[in-house]
Amino acid sequence: MSASALTLRSTKALREWAPALVVAIAVIGGWQGAIAAFDIQQFLLPKPSNIAAALWDDRGTLWPAGWYTFKEALGGFALGSCLGVLFALIVARFERVGAALMPIAIAGNAVPIIAFAPIFNAWFDPLEPTSKMAIAGVLCFFPVLVNTLRGLQSVRPQQIELMRAYAAGEIAIYRRVRIPTALPYIFTSLKIASVLAMIGAVVGEYFGGSFDALGVLIRSDAQILDFVTAWAGIVVASVLGITLYLAVAIAERIFVRWAPGGRDV
Amino acid sequence: MSSGAANAASVQRSAAARVTWRSRLRGATHRAGLIALTVVALLAFYEGYNWLWRATGWTWPFPADDTTLPHLWTIFKAFADPAQVNQPSLFSVLMHKALFTAKEAFAGFVLGALFGFALGAVLAHSKLLQRGFLPYIVGSQTIPILAIAPMVVIWVNPKLPAGMQGWGAVAVISAYLTFFPVAVNSLRGLNSADPRMLELMRTYAASTWTVLWKVRFPASLPYVFSALKVAATASVVGAIIGELPSGLQSGLGGAILNFNQYYSIEPQELWATNIVAALLGIIFFLAVLGAEKAVVRRAPERRA
Amino acid sequence: MTEPTTVVSVSGVTKTFPRGNVTALQDINLDLGAGEFISLIGPSGCGKSTLLRVIGDLVEPTSGSVTINGKSAHQARTDRDYGIVFQDAVLFDWRTVSKNIELPLEMLGWDRPKRRTRVAEMLALVELTGFGDHHPWQLSGGMQQRVSIARALAFEPALLLMDEPFGALDEMTRERLNLELLSIWQQLQSTVVFVTHSISEAVFLSTRVVVMSPRPGRIAGIVDIDLPGPRSVETREDPRFFELVTEVRELLRMRGEHLLPEEEAAVAGEDA
Repeated sequence: MSASALTLRSTKALREWAPALVVAIAVIGGWQGAIAAFDIQQFLLPKPSNIAAALWDDRGTLWPAGWYTFKEALGGFALGSCLGVLFALIVARFERVGAALMPIAIAGNAVPIIAFAPIFNAWFDPLEPTSKMAIAGVLCFFPVLVNTLRGLQSVRPQQIELMRAYAAGEIAIYRRVRIPTALPYIFTSLKIASVLAMIGAVVGEYFGGSFDALGVLIRSDAQILDFVTAWAGIVVASVLGITLYLAVAIAERIFVRWAPGGRDV
Repeated sequence: MSSGAANAASVQRSAAARVTWRSRLRGATHRAGLIALTVVALLAFYEGYNWLWRATGWTWPFPADDTTLPHLWTIFKAFADPAQVNQPSLFSVLMHKALFTAKEAFAGFVLGALFGFALGAVLAHSKLLQRGFLPYIVGSQTIPILAIAPMVVIWVNPKLPAGMQGWGAVAVISAYLTFFPVAVNSLRGLNSADPRMLELMRTYAASTWTVLWKVRFPASLPYVFSALKVAATASVVGAIIGELPSGLQSGLGGAILNFNQYYSIEPQELWATNIVAALLGIIFFLAVLGAEKAVVRRAPERRA
Repeated sequence: MTEPTTVVSVSGVTKTFPRGNVTALQDINLDLGAGEFISLIGPSGCGKSTLLRVIGDLVEPTSGSVTINGKSAHQARTDRDYGIVFQDAVLFDWRTVSKNIELPLEMLGWDRPKRRTRVAEMLALVELTGFGDHHPWQLSGGMQQRVSIARALAFEPALLLMDEPFGALDEMTRERLNLELLSIWQQLQSTVVFVTHSISEAVFLSTRVVVMSPRPGRIAGIVDIDLPGPRSVETREDPRFFELVTEVRELLRMRGEHLLPEEEAAVAGEDA
């Protein structure tokens, strides 16, 4: 690649990311300044500098706790997403079964599953990561199932006809037509699931969990009105959530490279 | 053309209409039957797991007993029994709580949807703003709302009029979960307008507002509705989660927290509450679905 | 040409669609010799696309039978005896141009080097050399359709089924692709069944034009095209060309005029 092409690429990247950076600096600066200027109750919304200090001071407890919760989220994400895709593949194979299960899946998607977190804590030991993986897994399962099914069913009929003209079998049609068509849908749902997994793990911990976990940490800090540390914990949770999301987004770029134009969000 | 031929054609057409009407009805009953069958199958699976795991003593993935999996009939009986001695039945208690949570969720839904659409409309007009704010809009959803809920409650409550104390703050939390899908899909939908239509509007020298309402807004509707369906459930989730740290006892979230503490003694009460919460989420979803059917009459576009 | 061997034999084919009780085809009999280029032409709803699909075993006839090279249509499909081109290019968005052309070769189990060589040949044949790594959405409609033709021809099927392949293209592109198709056909000497709406296209390309009439779909007449070959741009100015166009048009008009436009539209939904 020539030098000019490289500069072109880096200016393009700069143009893409500069506005976000400006906003971040403006918001954090404004936040810091506003608290100083208007004397806002610090215990509720601490200064960013204080939160940053807490992030550093409590790094020995915050990050391990974050890692603990992240592992729960990751386990749930992997479990729920795989089962969602697998289930959709099976269901889509049998058209009538799919027609019967689709409304149920959509209804399941409309259920506030987070309300079931206490029950998962009763099924599995609340102090074990399994209970949080289960709730995170169920949270991920439904959107992935619904979107994958939709993707598998959105194949253009003529593409199937073409494959039939080649005397292609069911498996070949799946491999060469249905799955590639469904891939963008699957990735959209995986991005949703990545965010839900982290939230599911934290909420699961709210109803009781190991003291090594981030959700428990944030909750107990907030209860003793130590909001600076609670915010620091929130930042950790958020950073880890964004990390998982970005990982999925990068995977999407790699696997769905053929799509016209850039896809946002 | 002769009138006889026209007549014949119209007779044929009404016959065709009758056929499709009848076949559509048949399709609907068929589908309802399938759904009912699937629900029964799921319930049977629940009791089947219950029976087999109790009989064999299996413990993987989790054991079955009266605490982990109360029998269906125990749960349904719990609805009829009073929640506490000399109190109305659990069913009527839960209905009141569900109504309260529905109020919070509805307020949050409206608030979040309006804010989300406005945000999407602003961002749709500027690539620069999109690049500046979109990453943070996505990032905002990775914040565990449950963690910041107590702060939001302490923060928002003093600013609310007396009639909205408590539930108003929960509605704000609910709106926080609602606005996100609406903002993202509004942005996508408003930008999905046919470029030729936009060109046509330019030949009319139409103002930005006119283009927004006459071209972009109608084009965005299918996208917005598919977001509103997600948002409907999110608003119920937000209301339930918002109630947990706010100490509100009048809604389903409070009931879940409360019954959670007595779970080892009377698990069926938590199950009953969760069933009501599930139904509330589904009702919200169906309400938006109905609104979509009424508003978006053209062919459904590809889902966003 | 000596007596050609029969490649496709359609005998007594009737197809009714239960929905709306439409008879798309009624008692169709047609034989195609090797190397023939046959056009099916007729108004919407005459069943020409359905007939094409019956030959390709994509639609099952209600009665009657189709044999291809003496085999049943189903056996022919399983043996991958024909290539098909639709009105839309039906390319896979997630595959590059080369990969799209490779698709049938993958299905046939060709190894990679062999596939690569053939794709390069096909790209040259449809004049798309250099576009192999593009994705379909980066090409114009005419280029996409050329890719689709290259894909259909990639494994050198003896029979080529084309369902209004140039219907969605502009007139100039269409005429150029007509010429290209003719030169490809002469090189490969395959048998072609070509569905079209355009009378001049049918006359220009074919050795025989089968005129069909709707409701129920039937063969109204067959016109032998005795234009001198090889055909070129000049062919379109030949007086004989105009006579043949008029002949086909007369046949179409005779059989088609009892049809009301709205009825035509109503039946069109059942076609294909």
